[in-house]
Amino acid sequence: MTSVSLEHYLAVSGILLVIGVFGIFLNRKNVIIMLMAIELILLAVNLNLVAFSAALNDLAGQVMAMLVLTVAAAEAAIGLAIVLVYFRNRGSIQVEDVNLMKG
Amino acid sequence: MIVEFFFWLFAAILLISATLVVTSKNPVHSVLFLILAFFNAAALFLIAGAEFLAMILVVVYVGAVAVLFLFVVMMLDIDFEQLRGGLQRYAGIGAAVGAALLIEFAIALGGWQLAPTAERVSFSPIPTNIGNTAALGRVLYTDYIFLFQASGLVLLVAMIGAIVLTLRDRKTSRHQNIRVQTGRTVAETLEVVSISLGAGTTRSGGFLRPKVEEAEPVPEPVHDDHGHH
Repeated sequence: MTSVSLEHYLAVSGILLVIGVFGIFLNRKNVIIMLMAIELILLAVNLNLVAFSAALNDLAGQVMAMLVLTVAAAEAAIGLAIVLVYFRNRGSIQVEDVNLMKG
Repeated sequence: MIVEFFFWLFAAILLISATLVVTSKNPVHSVLFLILAFFNAAALFLIAGAEFLAMILVVVYVGAVAVLFLFVVMMLDIDFEQLRGGLQRYAGIGAAVGAALLIEFAIALGGWQLAPTAERVSFSPIPTNIGNTAALGRVLYTDYIFLFQASGLVLLVAMIGAIVLTLRDRKTSRHQNIRVQTGRTVAETLEVVSISLGAGTTRSGGFLRPKVEEAEPVPEPVHDDHGHH
């Protein structure tokens, strides 16, 4: 790490994660923005991994960040596919309609 | 310090655009702010020295994931005004959970320090004589080869899953019916006509002609509930 200390990175990624969690609660009706909030959370995780990798002089953190990135991309693809199928069936993407099968 | 200044600049833009992602009214604006957030996160990665990951973030997230989001947002014909209805209902509990989480993080970050022996247990120390990309490649394809292959498997499963989920046949699409094709016999298609000597074949319609004049009726494709075969 050059001159920015680890704590600054941790603070930024912590706030980013909180924003993501807040976004999930805020957009209870719009699945697409919920997926974007999940992307923000995973970005915070990546920021954490990279910051620790730089602070501890260890490349393993960057490898793990790459794996998180892979999983995030796969999750976005599958999530959007599910949203698409749900929209075709119901004509809306409101999460609150998903309790159709609740007895 | 100039690096510190840029760090706080990019961090501020990152956090502001992340806030706008979750609060903006128009989902298209949300996606565009998400792209801005990814760019600034890539800049933070660059400051931390993870050059390859920064470029991958731009290529994969901005180039693929965000554009995918944009496609889906624009493809679905949704009344977005209606979706904003329950905003106030969950804003309170969301703010409460967020504040609790933030306070926990602040407490954890306040009373936290790196173990002095932490640097000695480094799995793969960053080499100084080669660049970040080369160093990452050296450990990724050797020490972490199984993780690398597992992530490839994750992507394969995601690709197959996305295709299986979204593939549908339309009513007008025509499928190959192998049972009908292999069940065809020559006698169904052709007939042998005996022509007397010198009579010519034109009166009986030429040599080989189709037995049925009109085209074969195409059987209606069977639609099951899952929409695939």
